[in-house]
Amino acid sequence: MASLFEKIWTSHVVVPETAETPAVLYVDLHLLHEVTTPQAFDLLRAQGLPVRRTDKCLATLDHSTPTVPVTTLRDLEVVSEPAAAKQVRQMEKNCKDFGIELHGFASRDRGIVHVMGPELGATQPGATIVCGDSHTSTHGAFGALAFGIGTTEVGHVLATQCLLQRKPKTLAINTVGTLPSEVTAKDLILKIIGTIGVGGGTGHVIEYRGSAVSALSMEQRMTVCNMSIEAGARAGMVAPDDTTYQYMAGRPLAPKGAAWDAALAGWRQLPSDAGAKFDKEVTIDVAGLRPMVTFGTNPGMVIPIDGAVPVDNDPAFRKALAYMQVEPGKPLLGVPVDVVFIGSCTNGRLSDIREAARILRGRRVAEHVRLLVVPGSADVKRQAEAEGLDEVVRAAGGEWREPGCSMCIGMNGDTVPSGKLSVSTSNRNFEGRQGSGARTVLASPLTAAAAAVRGHITDPRELVS
Amino acid sequence: MEPIKQIRSKTVVLANDDIDTDQIIPARFLTTTTKEGLGKNLFAEWRYDKDGRERPEFALNRPENRGAAVLVGGRNFGCGSSREHAPWALLDFGIRAVVSTTIADIFRSNSLKNGLVPVIVDAASHRWLLEHPGTEVLIDLPSSTIEIDGKRVGFPIDSFARYCLMNGVDQLGFLLEQEAAIGSYELAHT
Repeated sequence: MASLFEKIWTSHVVVPETAETPAVLYVDLHLLHEVTTPQAFDLLRAQGLPVRRTDKCLATLDHSTPTVPVTTLRDLEVVSEPAAAKQVRQMEKNCKDFGIELHGFASRDRGIVHVMGPELGATQPGATIVCGDSHTSTHGAFGALAFGIGTTEVGHVLATQCLLQRKPKTLAINTVGTLPSEVTAKDLILKIIGTIGVGGGTGHVIEYRGSAVSALSMEQRMTVCNMSIEAGARAGMVAPDDTTYQYMAGRPLAPKGAAWDAALAGWRQLPSDAGAKFDKEVTIDVAGLRPMVTFGTNPGMVIPIDGAVPVDNDPAFRKALAYMQVEPGKPLLGVPVDVVFIGSCTNGRLSDIREAARILRGRRVAEHVRLLVVPGSADVKRQAEAEGLDEVVRAAGGEWREPGCSMCIGMNGDTVPSGKLSVSTSNRNFEGRQGSGARTVLASPLTAAAAAVRGHITDPRELVS
Repeated sequence: MEPIKQIRSKTVVLANDDIDTDQIIPARFLTTTTKEGLGKNLFAEWRYDKDGRERPEFALNRPENRGAAVLVGGRNFGCGSSREHAPWALLDFGIRAVVSTTIADIFRSNSLKNGLVPVIVDAASHRWLLEHPGTEVLIDLPSSTIEIDGKRVGFPIDSFARYCLMNGVDQLGFLLEQEAAIGSYELAHT
């Protein structure tokens, strides 16, 4: 009676752990981007080591890239900050020197690494997936064991295709009930983080289970798994099922023909056995769930859209409220908004942009609000444009940008000015995350679009028909 | 990496819970392609005002805390992003150990790879440390203890990571020695 996590862990142990040494764990897919890899490639150069399996690497540019059009490195020099441009050039060089295919500016596939992997079919059930990026947990939506690593470990995987790991504990999040309409996967994961806390998953791998999770689409499951790290869990996963297989079938890197049938037979064995034991279990009833918004400076400081900011005399809590310029005991509804960001590896997929468009269509963004919509990948952008969603955004007065991490991390041009309030579909409302002094309210694409239109924090259910 | 056996230092205290890696080193400083020089931007948002001047009230800026190599943080220290730039920045600044009741997984793993010692203590010891900033502590790796107010308190640390810290051993060397097993695994799984 093994859990999904235990099955994947066991099948990837190259050398078992002992009291003295951690397990050597094999990595099936290594995602690489420009910010957390340069020092790892330097390590290989210093030791004269090659990349062991270039065929298991998927590399792109996403974090420090501008979201205005860039098709060549020369364009980049014009629009980028010098340090960011240098980092991108270094990634081009590193991939070239070590024989790794880079999905760079000229690629049809370029995008946020956690949007691209699933889109290309590189993300597969039962796989171990790592990246120098904490939101690697996203890929767990496919029933993969996917987690973020540091740059030293990026070097380890490049050199050996393996990691040294102690086996983590498991945490089952059991959902019961059905999500009400207009309440989204983002609201669900914010509720979960609010319930277990930002450290609630530390040392654990989460498996999201139950009726509300099974009913989610793949893109919604990715939103949930993406934010596992915001509860402290390196990995979050959902058992693969027909929703998973339908999403994957025909993707460029998914197995084909007889190989597909064989893979599918294996994937069907992955879900946790009935009676599988977890180190910890938490039940979340989603029936009465409302759209959720954060009020503080971490994702666990979250309330329903029509709730009031809690009252707490803890100095750190009061400091967070002072930073956010919100008052205890008061609602967030009606608080004026300066910037709305729709995008990121959390909510930058086609269904997210469709959701936002439901509210933006035929409406105008409030005069004092800047709306930035950034597709998660070139593919998301093409599909959205084929549906005319770019026109919906532009007609509403919003900016339609090139794919990238953009205002989620504010590393290359897209930032929220100091003191301004942003309603953002991204994953972190830490102090200064979206720009020095920026104030961030995390929300779903529906809630973000509603805030853009009204110019203040709004219950999106008032605007969807 | 230099071998580490003991760290004796006064402490500097940042009592907030959930100090995230975006605070330790903000993303705008991550465009670097090296590990060096990050210390000057450690806790940049808290350490400097808008004009880049040090805020005198911030703990790391106070004269009595200069030279402290042990940082006592609130609960859940190092949460958020996987950026290894966080331990690089702390080390570059001169911090050699971080003490809390809980330390986030990826930050802890990154710290151990770089010679920054993560020390997890019980709530009572933690409270005492928060209430006595500047106290001298002795972290002893061979016994996995930290001496606080004359009392030795054990802390958990993975035996392999401790061996690597104490001997200045790079973990990659151990992984490279597993070549035969890795090769066999690959043969059996293709």
